[in-house]
Amino acid sequence: MDERLLSIIIDSFPKILVPGLLVTLPLTAIAFAFAMAIAVAAALVQFARVPVATQLCRFYIWIFRGTPLLVQLFVVFYGLPRAGLTLDPFPAAVIVFSLNEGAYCAETVRAALEAVPAGQLEAGYCAGMSYLQTMRRIILPQAMRTAFPSLSNSLIAMVKDTSLASNITVVEMFRATEQINATVYEPLALYIEVGLVYLLFSTALTWLQGVGERRLGAYQGKGG
Amino acid sequence: MLEVRNIRKSFGGLEVLKGVDLTVSRGDVAVILGPSGSGKTTLLRCVNFLEPADSGTLVFDGEEFQLGHVSRKDAARLRKKTAFVFQNYNLFLNKTALQNVTEGLIVARKMPRAQAEELGRRALDRVGLSGRMGHYPSQLSGGQQQRVAIARAVATDPEIIYFDEPTSALDPELTGEVLAVMRRLAEDGMTMLVVTHELGFARTVATRAVFMEDGAVVEAGPARQLFENPGQARTRAFLQTGGPSA
Ligand SMILES: Nc1ncnc2c1ncn2[C@@H]1O[C@H](COP(=O)(O)OP(=O)(O)OP(=O)(O)O)[C@@H](O)[C@H]1O
Ligand SMILES: [Mg+2]
Repeated sequence: MDERLLSIIIDSFPKILVPGLLVTLPLTAIAFAFAMAIAVAAALVQFARVPVATQLCRFYIWIFRGTPLLVQLFVVFYGLPRAGLTLDPFPAAVIVFSLNEGAYCAETVRAALEAVPAGQLEAGYCAGMSYLQTMRRIILPQAMRTAFPSLSNSLIAMVKDTSLASNITVVEMFRATEQINATVYEPLALYIEVGLVYLLFSTALTWLQGVGERRLGAYQGKGG
Repeated sequence: MLEVRNIRKSFGGLEVLKGVDLTVSRGDVAVILGPSGSGKTTLLRCVNFLEPADSGTLVFDGEEFQLGHVSRKDAARLRKKTAFVFQNYNLFLNKTALQNVTEGLIVARKMPRAQAEELGRRALDRVGLSGRMGHYPSQLSGGQQQRVAIARAVATDPEIIYFDEPTSALDPELTGEVLAVMRRLAEDGMTMLVVTHELGFARTVATRAVFMEDGAVVEAGPARQLFENPGQARTRAFLQTGGPSA
């Protein structure tokens, strides 16, 4: 490998990693936190079959699962200014990723809620607890344990999907790489390099997922 | 203390309870017997509002409720005075044995944790499970789970405990330990309404007995009389064949 290429790879590493740590990961973390809140709320509403709200949730999920993420990003960032709503790139990305991920995770959480045996809710009632108390203390914790592996996979997928935010000018890891490439033009080396950093991030998260699952496994005993 | 009058319930077009009456006095151990599908589980579930009855009257501690329209608030209030032991235990799977017992005390009855845990330990001790407080349901045998469920029921100091075939999901060698616990509860004067196929248990422990068939009460009365001198041919036939489990 020639010296110029080697030094490009080495010099660019921090320039890729830093936006990764300062933009890609925060974007993922913030959007995923919002997505979880949306998902749990939408799942609980559907589980309880709250009239009207359930239909609104179905509609929201239908829209966000049925259209490409990239299109959603463009509508919000490039489109909404026409309707008088101009957003900075990062908040626009947070909103779109939260809503998109929230729609998928809502289905995961809803399925996990439905999978909790009906007797658990009845046992809660018979112990004198209300619907909300039983949901919070008994049903939801069990559902989240069931949903954990699948939600973790969604999180890992999302780290990679944030590269799409480069299309709406968020200078996250991938856009940073593109900018470096525009000056030195080493696409093969640089794109592989950024790919490896993504791999590093997802590997770390996969490892965390394993730790989390083992914790939860111990918590719930052998049967889970 | 508990009186049910003319309770009716249909599932779709199927009439499962055809106007059932039931009376349980304080200190009674009332058993409900009857062939499979006669509506015993449905009756218990309606009485504790797990299933909405179509019509009927429930008198609990002198307070009268129309079963067709019981408010959520009344249901919750009454459930705090009762307890239910399910056929398949229904222990909270994400809680330890002790937490299963204390949950209803701490969350529903706002009891301080220390006091609830003290009560919980005593209740588990009473069912012979003081060594299993920290175990999750998945780490317990069926008989142990059912005993935790009984401890959970007892700990809230209910006025009556409903049992729906508490031993029928258990291997025969585990039913004994659960029946022994129930027998002791009866001796301590606990009011119990028990759906069971365990005729031996019913014969020796029950003070009142109800024989149901096809959604209606065939015969009800003092247990001794119903077992030793049943008035109806159907009851006699059922008792002679030993019920569906024999
Ligand atoms: N949720 C339901 N939906 C429709 N039909 C039901 C439902 N629950 C019970 N049934 C029907 O009601 C009838 C009475 O059922 P129930 O469970 O009360 O009988 P049981 O006396 O408890 O029987 P077993 O001794 O087998 O437990 C049965 O014909 C059953 O199929
Ligand atoms: Mg039954």
